[in-house]
Amino acid sequence: MSAITVTVNGIEHRLEVEPRVLLVDMIRTRLGLTGTHIGCDTSNCGACTVLLEGEPVKSCTMLAVQADGRRLTTVEGLARGSELHPVQVGFHEEHGLQCGFCTPGMMLVAAALLERNPNPTPEQIRWAISGNLCRCTGYVNIVKAIQHAARLRADAAQPVAAGGAS
Amino acid sequence: MSVEVRPLGGIGESVKRKEDARFLRGKGNYLDDLTLPGMLHMAILRSPHAHARIRAIDTSMAQAAPGVVAVVTGELLAQHKLAWMPTLSGDTQAVLATDKVRFQGQEVACVVAETRYQAEDALQLIDVDYEVLPAITSPQQAMAEGAPLIRDDKQGQQDNHIYHWEAGDREATDRAFASAAKVVRLTTHYPRSHPAPLETCGIVADVNPATGKATLYMTSQAPHAIRTVFSLVAGLPEHQIRIIAPDIGGGFGNKVPVYPGYVVATAASLLLGRPVKWVEDRTENLISTGFARDFHMTGELALDHDNRMIGLRVSLLSDNGAFYADAQPSKFRAGLFHIVTGSYDIPAAHVTADGYYTNKAPGGVAYRCSFRVTEASFLIERLVTNAALELGIDQTELRLRNFIRPEQFPYRSATGWVYDSGDYQRAMRLAMEKLGYEDLRREQAERRARGELMGIGVASFTEVVGAGHGAEFDIMGLRMFDSAELRVHPTGKAVLKLGVKTQGQGHETTFAQIVAQELGIPAADVEVQHGDTDNTPYGLGTYASRSTPTAGAATAVVSRKLRDKARKLAAHLLEAAEEDLEWERGRFFVRGSPERAKTIQEVAFAAYTNLPEGMEPGLEGVTYYDPPNMTFPFGTYMVVADVDRGTGQVKVRRVVAVDDCGVRINPMIVEGQIQGGLCEGWGIAFTEQITFDPDGNCIGSNFTDYLLPTAWETPEFETYATVTPSPHHPLGAKGVGESATVGSPAAYVNAVIDALWPLGVTNIDMPVTPDKVWAALRARGVGE
Repeated sequence: MSAITVTVNGIEHRLEVEPRVLLVDMIRTRLGLTGTHIGCDTSNCGACTVLLEGEPVKSCTMLAVQADGRRLTTVEGLARGSELHPVQVGFHEEHGLQCGFCTPGMMLVAAALLERNPNPTPEQIRWAISGNLCRCTGYVNIVKAIQHAARLRADAAQPVAAGGAS
Repeated sequence: MSVEVRPLGGIGESVKRKEDARFLRGKGNYLDDLTLPGMLHMAILRSPHAHARIRAIDTSMAQAAPGVVAVVTGELLAQHKLAWMPTLSGDTQAVLATDKVRFQGQEVACVVAETRYQAEDALQLIDVDYEVLPAITSPQQAMAEGAPLIRDDKQGQQDNHIYHWEAGDREATDRAFASAAKVVRLTTHYPRSHPAPLETCGIVADVNPATGKATLYMTSQAPHAIRTVFSLVAGLPEHQIRIIAPDIGGGFGNKVPVYPGYVVATAASLLLGRPVKWVEDRTENLISTGFARDFHMTGELALDHDNRMIGLRVSLLSDNGAFYADAQPSKFRAGLFHIVTGSYDIPAAHVTADGYYTNKAPGGVAYRCSFRVTEASFLIERLVTNAALELGIDQTELRLRNFIRPEQFPYRSATGWVYDSGDYQRAMRLAMEKLGYEDLRREQAERRARGELMGIGVASFTEVVGAGHGAEFDIMGLRMFDSAELRVHPTGKAVLKLGVKTQGQGHETTFAQIVAQELGIPAADVEVQHGDTDNTPYGLGTYASRSTPTAGAATAVVSRKLRDKARKLAAHLLEAAEEDLEWERGRFFVRGSPERAKTIQEVAFAAYTNLPEGMEPGLEGVTYYDPPNMTFPFGTYMVVADVDRGTGQVKVRRVVAVDDCGVRINPMIVEGQIQGGLCEGWGIAFTEQITFDPDGNCIGSNFTDYLLPTAWETPEFETYATVTPSPHHPLGAKGVGESATVGSPAAYVNAVIDALWPLGVTNIDMPVTPDKVWAALRARGVGE
């Protein structure tokens, strides 16, 4: 057993885990955060995507011990209380989800993309989500959903921009 | 009572989905999210061989491994008469192998342990002594002289043949071909693919040792039917079985059958008195559960001197795998394949089909398809395009000349289907207009002159969905009706309970809209429940685009029943005669005095508080709807593609899809279904296949080898609608979930063939991968 400390959605957890335990299993079974899904076991589908220090990683191909001392965000950490993240609003408004199974991973990738590129082109969005598979929706509405989120973020930033901030 | 004015959310409104709220927050309730107190975990040992005799199984080391509670083998199950189970096609399937393994990935033994990790560890300690036998990986091998007998377990089975089946009129078809001016032939293999929903299959079996009640949480598209099957197979009283299908992460037909893991987990829970969870990993899903297609097809189309289609002849070889386990409810061995005359008025047609056992996984009709309509639509649309190219006339012209005309509906096809409604010309003309068809043909001619390879693919599909009318469609005798139960609470809010089960199709929104339309209760006030057999009326489940045609109709009918009672209540409240009341959505008023009115919410309150003499209290009802016929959605898809002369890569430049699924209840959700299907259709046409090496090893057993489309290589899709209502459906709706996977593969392939035809390329089997195109180009001296 290894003792690790991880901060997930702003809350610090101290855990004893077997060194072989996958990060996704720790998140789902130890922390009870079942919004992170398992779809393929081979890093292809992205249903298990979480943000590690703000960057998307596939938690099915990472060991829990590798996250020791680091900061994770899962889908449960996207909204602030009852206020949805712009990406969540975008997926709802543009019908960017159907069964919902790929959605957490897709949204986390989208949120990370918009952090580093607030106004991505459709091609940049498609490249960003190309490691995440969706079987129901296809990708056209997901691209629209992320563009929608980008507009919401831009609108929210408007007053600040008008005041001269960068 | 005051009534706030709120949007109704009726039919035709793109109401945003109610179910999104939980999925967006990671609060979905999928099978693997469930943990019960004391729950054990099961893992399955699978055969590494495609065909082998089992000499011995030694489980002693596994039994002694840390955390292991039980090891289950076929021998143990046989003591409880559970080693074999019936399939939905009247065959038998091994639950755990006792005599032989018959495909790679077949279930051999199960370990039940305290954790999944421990169960997987113990699998490695089971020692199976196999005698490897020669494997059969195609129907052609299966029928060969001296082929090894796969099903030696079946008394009287002398060879690998499963069935022979025919439809249509052989003599009339022969006569048509004898008089034909032109016959066009095409032989193609619709490859084996897999629905591969992002969530795999699984179960949490919880048999209560005190009461004997089995609560089975299961990724099932058809919980009621599965309950009955379980009852019949296991001999458990049906009221002691409760199946709960929680949120399902995609199904596409993969989650209709009963899989051995479900049976073993249930038996283990029964024997151990603790809940048992089993969830497939991706490889287990791809190598053992319901695949799709694997159909070898030869079609011949006869035309007269006026380029009119006069006859269609088809012969089929079906690769059914080791057990005949088609999950389809028709009496027709090849499913609904005999819809193969498609959108065309072809007076004579004949189909022969033969099914064979092979050493491959069982299944066969899944993947967003109404029981082999996908294969049928692909064959006729490929044939018609090849016919136009051979005859040197435009693909749209040949289609327009031969379409069933609007005035011919209801139309009886040569193979016996009665099409409900259609206007195929209108859909095609809209597609041509939106694509700019004539301009693109000119561009194609210019590019050809420069040596470039550009193609325009056309497919005008007709589907047959909505199974079905109970006279012809059943599962183990269960007629293919469906149901809806509607309860209106005193405050005018309602709960609607369905026998169908969503896997992402948005039932919680769409079906609430039907109630809103018919009963005037805002969709936001209608909660839709489904998936729990103890809490919903009996139904046959969601697949084959049947939910709207069946349960949608049931919802409309039950809402109207309640409206009839509400009218009586309103008459009582308004002290008016029933026949003097007018209905507008949400309220009754006295004719000529619109201010004398009662809202549906006021009427609902009265149903519990202020009733006329002799009226039964409450406002609720249930309807079972057995449709009079199938529905026949249709459309025209057009694809523009450019082929690289050097690499063989196909770049799809544009896709225009015109769909007619009758009345659209929620246009946003309908469009969403089409968008998703066009993407999956792209995958089927260009990347997805499950193949086998000569030893029967499955190639395509994970997402690194089984290539699903991603956002990077798939194109934009332009979607349009025409609306031709179904005359027999209460709402005029037809169902849409599968149109795009049925219709689009032929359009994609036709675009490639249209590009390559001048070089002499008449066919490339799916998936149309760059290496196949490259080889076809090289064989004709292109790009050297």
